Amino acid sequence: MLVSMNWLQQYVDLDSYSADELADLITKGGIEVETVEQLNKGISGVVIGHVLECQQHPDADKLNICKVEIGEEEPVQIICGAPNIAQGQYVAVAKVGAVLPGNFKIKKAKLRGEASHGMICSLQELGIESKLVSKEYADGIFVFSEDVTPGEDALEYLNLHDEVLELGLTPNRADAMNMIGVAYEVGAVLNRSIELPSPELVRSDEGVEGYVSVRVENEEDNPYYGATVIKDVTIKPSPQWLVNRLVSAGIRPINNVVDITNYVLLEYGQPLHAFDYDRFGSKEVVIRRAIEGEKMVTLDDVERTLSSEHLVITNGSKPVAVAGVMGGADSEVQEDTTTILLEAAYFNSKLVRKASKDLGLRSDSSARFEKGIDRNRVVGASERAAQLIQEIAGGTVLKGIAEQGDRTIEALDVSIEVNRINQVLGTEITETEVAAIFERLQFSYQNFGGTFTVQVPPRRPDITISEDLIEEVGRLYGYDNVPATLPVTESTPGQLSEYQVKRRHVRRTLEGAGLYQTVTYSLTSPSKRHFFSSDSVESVRLAMPMSEERSELRTSLIPHLLEVAQYNRNRQLENIAFYETASVFLPGDELPVEQEHLAGVVSGLWQEHLWQKEKKAADFFVVKGILEELAVEFGVEERLTFARAEEPKLHPGRTAAVYLDDELIGYIGQLHPEVEKELDLSETYVFEINLEKLLQADVAHLKYKKLPRFPSVTRDVALVVSESLEAGEVKRVIKEAGGSKLVEIQLFDVYQGEHLEEGQKSLAFSLRYYNPEQTLTEEEVKKAHDRVLKAVEEQFGAALRQ
Amino acid sequence: MQERLQALKEEALSEIQQASSMKEVQDIKVKFLGKKGPITEISKGMGKLSKEERPKMGQLVNEIRTAISDQLEEKIARLEKAAVEERLKEETIDVSLPGRPVKRGNHHPLTRVIEEIEDLFLGMGFSIAEGPEVETDYYNFEALNLPKDHPARDMQDSFYITEETLLRTHTSPMQARTMEKLNGEGPVKIIVPGKVYRRDTDDATHSHQFMQIEGLMVGENVRMSDLKGVLQSFAKKMFGEEREIRLRPSFFPFTEPSVEMDISCFNCGGNGCSVCKGTGWIEILGGGMVHPNVLRMSGFDPEKVTGFAFGMGPERIAMLKYGIDDIRHFYTNDSRFIKQFNSL
Repeated sequence: MLVSMNWLQQYVDLDSYSADELADLITKGGIEVETVEQLNKGISGVVIGHVLECQQHPDADKLNICKVEIGEEEPVQIICGAPNIAQGQYVAVAKVGAVLPGNFKIKKAKLRGEASHGMICSLQELGIESKLVSKEYADGIFVFSEDVTPGEDALEYLNLHDEVLELGLTPNRADAMNMIGVAYEVGAVLNRSIELPSPELVRSDEGVEGYVSVRVENEEDNPYYGATVIKDVTIKPSPQWLVNRLVSAGIRPINNVVDITNYVLLEYGQPLHAFDYDRFGSKEVVIRRAIEGEKMVTLDDVERTLSSEHLVITNGSKPVAVAGVMGGADSEVQEDTTTILLEAAYFNSKLVRKASKDLGLRSDSSARFEKGIDRNRVVGASERAAQLIQEIAGGTVLKGIAEQGDRTIEALDVSIEVNRINQVLGTEITETEVAAIFERLQFSYQNFGGTFTVQVPPRRPDITISEDLIEEVGRLYGYDNVPATLPVTESTPGQLSEYQVKRRHVRRTLEGAGLYQTVTYSLTSPSKRHFFSSDSVESVRLAMPMSEERSELRTSLIPHLLEVAQYNRNRQLENIAFYETASVFLPGDELPVEQEHLAGVVSGLWQEHLWQKEKKAADFFVVKGILEELAVEFGVEERLTFARAEEPKLHPGRTAAVYLDDELIGYIGQLHPEVEKELDLSETYVFEINLEKLLQADVAHLKYKKLPRFPSVTRDVALVVSESLEAGEVKRVIKEAGGSKLVEIQLFDVYQGEHLEEGQKSLAFSLRYYNPEQTLTEEEVKKAHDRVLKAVEEQFGAALRQ
Repeated sequence: MQERLQALKEEALSEIQQASSMKEVQDIKVKFLGKKGPITEISKGMGKLSKEERPKMGQLVNEIRTAISDQLEEKIARLEKAAVEERLKEETIDVSLPGRPVKRGNHHPLTRVIEEIEDLFLGMGFSIAEGPEVETDYYNFEALNLPKDHPARDMQDSFYITEETLLRTHTSPMQARTMEKLNGEGPVKIIVPGKVYRRDTDDATHSHQFMQIEGLMVGENVRMSDLKGVLQSFAKKMFGEEREIRLRPSFFPFTEPSVEMDISCFNCGGNGCSVCKGTGWIEILGGGMVHPNVLRMSGFDPEKVTGFAFGMGPERIAMLKYGIDDIRHFYTNDSRFIKQFNSL
C-alpha cells in the first residue's frame, strides 16, 4: 500500500511530523513502513510554460522551434521534438540550469543550428514511471489541461513535492489497504482525531427501479450487492488532482469514471465496478455460480473458462464479470458511455480467492476482497463514487439503490480484563491507560471493574478474540515499555539427548581427523537422487517441482558431495576432504522415512609438508582409518567390519561394505575410474554410512581396565601366503587360534617381490601375549604361538618366511 | 736423572698441548704414563738410589706424574667440550622454517552458529527437539492456526509432495508435536533447529533450502516480558554485550500478539550505516505469545498456561555476524569459504 503524505493529510493533521518521523512511528505501531519515497527525485528548475509559437525546424522534420513564456521578461526559444507539441499549450519546462532525475542538468544547446534554452518535459522525464502515464501522454510531452500560470512551479501542479510511504502489510492488516484505514491507524498512533469524507449526494427523483433489479442466488456467496445508476455522464480524462492521487498510489489514470472507482477503492478499500449500462444487456443483475465450463472475455481481452467454484455477475443470461476479480470486455465503460451501472458489493472472500487463483488474475480489487473488506463501508463507498462521478463526469444519480442483502452488520463484542493484559505482557498498564488506547483506536467499550467489553468495528476483522485486544493495547502502549524479565516458571535442565551428544562427537571426530563439514541441498534430480545399488528404487518426488534439478528428495548424500568436489576442482582446489551429516528420504507410509546418514569425499593430497618433501595422497586406507577411528570413539571397533564388495559406481577392486555386527550400514571405496572420468575428477574416495545405526548401537559404558601388572611377551612372525589371501582373514584365524593370552595382533609389513615366489606375499604380524594373572611362562607362550602357526599353516598353507 | 725427568715432563706437556684429538691424548697417556713408559721405567730403577735420594726422587716422580695426568685430564675435558660444541653447531636448525601442518577440518559456518545458539539456550534450560523435514499439512499449517484457506499461507509458498504432505516451511511443526506428547502438562522449553524449504528461486538473498531455529516456552505465567528478556540475552551473547533490542508489532498466525525483534546495529552502534540501511536497527527474528488456538489444538488450556515462541534464521545471523554477502555460499561449499570458519 502506497500512502501519499499529502493525501493522508486530508484526514489526519500530520503537521510537525516529517515523512521519516511518521514512518518510524507507524512502524513501531505495527505496520512496517518499508520505504519513504520523495516523488520529486531531486528535480529543480521546472516551471509551467505557455507555448506562444510553434514552427517546424527548417533543417529537421521532427523538431519544432517554440517560443515559450516561462514567467520571465522575455519568452525563451526551445527546440522540441515531441510529436504532440502545439501552439497554445501549457507545458512543463525545464529551464536552463534545471536538474532532472538522475542529476541530469539542462544547459543551453544548439539543435541543427537553432538555440534551445531549456527542455519541454514528458512525465517520464520528470521521474514518473511509464506504467503510470496515461495513454495520451505516453509518447509525448505532458500538457496541462487547466488554467495555470506560466513561471509557476510545475511540480506543485503534478504533486511531485509529495512523499509516499510504502506500507508492508501483514495479512491481518487488510484494514490498512485504504486511506481511511490508514487514517484510523495513524490517528491512533499519533493520538490525533481524524476527519473522514461525508459524501453529500444529490439524487434525482427518478428511481432506479425502472432501470435495474438485483437478484443474488445465494447470500452466503454474496451477502450484499448494490447497484446505482448514473445517467448522462461524459467520459473524459480526469482532473489533475485526481490523476495525481492515483499516480501517487501507483495506479495509471484511464478516464474519469474508471479513475473514480479506483480512487474510491484506494480511499474506502471498497472495490467498485462501473458497467456501461447500455452495454449491460438487460435490466437485471443476477449473481450466481458460474456453470462448469462457462466462458467469458474479461477486460484484458482474454477468454476465461469458469467453473462452479467461481462467482459471476450476469445479466440474467451470460456472465458480465467475475465477482470481485475483473469485469467483462462487453460491458466495459468506453468513451461513448453515457449511463453507468455502478456495482458496490460484499463478496465471499474465499470465492474471490479461488477465482483469482484459478484464473491467475490478481487485481487491486481481488486483493482486497480476499483479505476482507469493511462490510459497513460498502454503501458509503458507492455514494462517495456517485458523488464524485456527478461532480467530475456530470450526470444524474438515480434515486435508490437496487440491492439485496443487509447493508451493515453488528459490531463484534470482545472482552478482556486489564489483569489478563498485564499477565500476558508482563506489564503494569492501568485501567485508564487501557481505556485511552481503545479511545485512540476509536473502539467503543464498556468497562466494568477492569473488564473491558469492546465493540470491534467491522473495519477490523482481524480482532476476534481477547488476545487480539491484548495486542492492540500492547502495540499502542509500546513494546519499548514492556520490561525485559527472566521467566519465573519452574526450572528445567537443558541438555542434549544422547543422540545429539553423539552426533556432535561425530562431527568433532571427523573434523579432528581432517575433514571439513559441508551442507548441501536435500532436493535433487532423479539422476542424482541415489548412488548405491542398494538405495531405494522408488523416490519421494515433489508434486510441482520448480525445476527438474530440484524435483526429488535424495536417498544418498554422495552425489551432492561429488558436486562439491567438482565445484572445488573447477577452481583449482583439488585437495579436498569433506563430510556431511544429513537426512536421506525413503518412501514411507504417511510420511517418508528419514534416515540420518554420514558421508564423505576425499581426493588429491591428504597431507603435504612441502619443504620436508612429505606428500601423502588420499587413498582407501586414509578413509578407512577415519571410519575405524569413529568406531573406536563409539566403542564398536571390534564390531565394525569391512568386507570386499562390488558397486557399479565404485572401483571393483577398491570397495568395501561396512558392517556393524552383521548388518550392512554402508560402503567405502574409490569412485569407478569411468565415473571419475565422467565427472572430471581425479582419484576420489567416498564413504556413506547410516549414522543412526552407528549412534544407536548398544554399547557398554566406558569402564576402567586394570593396568597390566606383569610383563607381556611379543613374537613377530612373517607368513608367506598366496597374494590373493586377505590379511583380514589371516588375522581372524590368528586371533581364533591364539586363545585368550593373545591380546594384540598388529600387521606391520606386507611384502611382495624379491626372495618370494610369484603369486605369493609375506604378511608380518607382531603378536603380543599376556596373562593378567601371573607372569607368562615360556611354555605358555610357546603353546599359544604354536597353535597360531599350526592354524595358519593348515588353513592357508602359510610358511614362515626365512 | 732429575734432568731426565724434567725433560720428560716438558716433552709430555708440549705433546699434550699440541694434541688435537682424543686418540692423540690417549696415545700420550700410554706413551708417558703407561706400564712401559719412561716414567714407570725410572720408578722401577729407583731401587738403585741411596736411602736419602729415594724419597726425594719418589716425590719428584709423583709430582711429574701428577702434573702430566692433570694436564691430560684438562685436555680431555677441553676436547670433550669442543666436541659437544661442534655437535650442537651441526645440529642447529632454522627455527623460522614452517612447522608441520596439523591435519584438521572444521564446522560448516551454519553448524557453528546453530551450536552456539543451541548452547546458549541449553544454558537457559531449553532442550533441543528435532523433527521430520517432510511434514503433514496438519502439523506444518493447521496445528499452527493456519487452516487450509488461510490467506497467510501465501506468505510461504511450499513444496508439496502429496496434498497432505510437504517439505516443512519452518521448524514450528515441532511445537505441536512436542506439546501433544505432554498431554497438557508443562512446562515446555524447547528449541528446534533444522532445515526448512520454501519455493524460492536461489539468488544472493534467497534459498529454497535454509535453516531455522524455532523456540517455544509454555507454562504458567510465561509473559511477553520473558520473551523480551530471553531474546535480550540471546542478542547480547550472539552480537555483543552492548547490543540493545527492540520489539515491533508484527503478525504471525501462530502467535498473538506477534512481534519482530530488531537489534541495534553492531556495525555503527545505531547511528545508521549500510548494514542497517540507515535505520540503526537490524531485523533478526520474529516471535510472539503462542496463539490460544495453537495451545488448545495441542492439548494445553490457554486459560491456565501461556507461552512464547520465536523463530530465527541461522543463515541471516551468520551473514550478519561474519559479513557474508551471498546466501549461496553456504550451499556451494567452496573449501576456501568453509576453511575460514576454523578459529574461535
